[in-house]
Amino acid sequence: MQFFFEVLIGGLLSGVMYSLVALGFVLIYKASGVFNFAQGTMVFFAALTFVGLTEHGLSFWMALPATLVVMVLLGLAIERAVLRPLVNQPQISLFMATIGLSFLLEGLAQIVWGTSVRGLDIGVADEPIGWIADRFGLNISKFDLVAALIAAVLVAALAFFFSRTRIGRALRAVADDHQAALAVGIPLQQIWGIVWAVAGAVALVAGLLWGARNGVQFALTFVALKALPVLMLGGLESVPGAIVGGLIIGASEKLAEVYLGPMVGGGIEGWFPYVLALVVLLFRPEGLFGEKIIRRV
Amino acid sequence: MQAQPAPASAHVALDVNNIEVIYDHVILVLKGVSLSVPQGGIVALLGANGAGKSTTLKAISNLLRAERGDVTKGTIEFAGRRIDRLTPNAVVRLGVCQVMEGRHCFAHLSVEENLLAGAFTRGRAKREIAETLERVYAYFPRLKVRRRSLAGYTSGGEQQMTAIGRALMAKPSMILLDEPSMGLAPQIVEEIFEIVRDLNARERVSFLLAEQNTTIALRYASYGYILENGRVVMDGAAAALAANEDVKEFYLGLSSGARKSFRDIKHYRRRKRWLA
Repeated sequence: MQFFFEVLIGGLLSGVMYSLVALGFVLIYKASGVFNFAQGTMVFFAALTFVGLTEHGLSFWMALPATLVVMVLLGLAIERAVLRPLVNQPQISLFMATIGLSFLLEGLAQIVWGTSVRGLDIGVADEPIGWIADRFGLNISKFDLVAALIAAVLVAALAFFFSRTRIGRALRAVADDHQAALAVGIPLQQIWGIVWAVAGAVALVAGLLWGARNGVQFALTFVALKALPVLMLGGLESVPGAIVGGLIIGASEKLAEVYLGPMVGGGIEGWFPYVLALVVLLFRPEGLFGEKIIRRV
Repeated sequence: MQAQPAPASAHVALDVNNIEVIYDHVILVLKGVSLSVPQGGIVALLGANGAGKSTTLKAISNLLRAERGDVTKGTIEFAGRRIDRLTPNAVVRLGVCQVMEGRHCFAHLSVEENLLAGAFTRGRAKREIAETLERVYAYFPRLKVRRRSLAGYTSGGEQQMTAIGRALMAKPSMILLDEPSMGLAPQIVEEIFEIVRDLNARERVSFLLAEQNTTIALRYASYGYILENGRVVMDGAAAALAANEDVKEFYLGLSSGARKSFRDIKHYRRRKRWLA
C-alpha cells in the first residue's frame, strides 16, 4: 500500500510538470485559437537562454529577470512578425506558421548558445524529503514538490487573470471572435502581444524546471509531446483542465507502468497517456474541461 | 436625385466621401459611395445582398484590412476628423461602434462578460462602466435576467440585444448597425427597432443602419440611401423613398396599380437599374 502511494504521489507530482508545459499551449489556444506548435521550442529556448546567461557569469537572480525579458520580447516579436500578417486567415495557416516558428527558434537558440548538453541547477535537490520519509515512510522528491508549488501559484495567478481582469476578459473575447473583438475596440495586436509574452514567461518556468531535471538539451523540445495527451484530456482551452489533465496523466502513467507494465513486458509509460487521451476523445471530444462546442441550429 | 447627398437636418456627424473599396487588390466592391449621417439622426443604408452595405460599414470602422480589403479612394470623416487611417480601436475611442451582421457575440462569455468586454476602450473606470452597465440593463431588461448565461446559449433576439448592448458599453455617439433584423422573428425585430429609436431619442446616439428589410428600416429612419452594385443609386428622406414608385416596386414589393396577375410577374421582377 505504501508503495502504491509512493507511486501515486510521484506520478501526480510529475504530472504537474506536464501541466506546466500544457499551460503554455492553453494560453495561446485560448486567446488566438491557435495550437502553438512552437511551445516546446519556447521551453527549450528559455532554458537555453537562462543557462547561457549564467555561463556568462550572471547569477541565478540576475539571469532570471534577464531571461524573462528575453522571453517577453520574443513573444512580442512573434506577434509582430508572424501573427499580425495572418490576422483573419484560416487557423490552419496560423498553425503552419507556428511549425515554421518552432524550427526557427530551435536553430536560433543553438546558433546563439551552442548545441552542447548542459546541466541546470536551480538549487533544489531531487532527493526525498527527510521528515516525510521518517514520519510516513514515503519517499517524496523535494524537487517535485517545489515544482508542484510553483505550478500551483502560476495556475492560480493565470486563472485569476483570465476570469477577473479586464485584459483577461478581452483575451477570451478575442479567442471567441476576432472580428467582433475588433469591432468593439479591443486591439487584437496588443492582446496577442500580451498572450505571447505571458506564454513566454510560462515557458521559462517550465524550461527551468524541466531543464533542471533532464538537463538543457535539444530533447527538451520533446516535452511538448508529453503535453499533448494532457491537452486532449483536459481540454485545449481550460487552465484547470491543463492541471487536472496533467495530474491524471502523471498518476495513471506511473501506476500503469508499475502495475500493468509487467504483464506486457513493461515500457508502457511512453504510450499509455495517449491511449488514455484517445479514450477521452471518444466520449468527450472537447476534453474533460474544454469549452463545449456551441452550435446553434 | 442629387449628386452630393445632403440630408436636410443640422450638423453632420459622419461623412463618407466618395470611397472606393477593393478586396484582395482586384475586386472592386464599392465604386464611389458617399453618404452622411447627421448628429442624432437615424440613417438607413438599403440594398440587396452584395450591394455593399456591410462593406461600407466595415470601411467606416476600419475592419476591412483584416479581410484583405482596403479603402483606395475617398475619405471618411467623423466629427470633422479623418478616420479612414485609424485603427479599429481608435475609431471606437472616437465614439463610432459597430454591431456586426450576424451578432457576433462572444459565445463562451456570459452575457454580462460580453457587455463588459464592450467597455474595453474605457479602461479601468470601474464605477462609470458599472453605471453604463445598469443603463444597458434598463434598456434591455431581458439581458439582466440572462446575465449569467453563456451568450452562445441565448436566443437570437437576446444575442442581438447583447450585441447592441455591448456596443453601447463603449459609450459611442454613433452606432453602425448591420442587418439587425437578420434571422429574427418580426415581433423581436420590432422590439429591437423600438429600442434603437429610444436610444436615439434619449441617449442621442446616431445610427447608421444597413438593412435588407426596407419596410421597417424606412419606418424608423429619417433618411435613406439605396446601394446597388457598390454605388449609391438613390437617396432621400425616408418618407420620400417609401413613396417612390421604383422603391416600392423593387424593395417594398408593392406596386402602384391593382394586383398583378402571375403572368406579368416575370417581367415585373426584372430589375431596373438606376445607373448603368
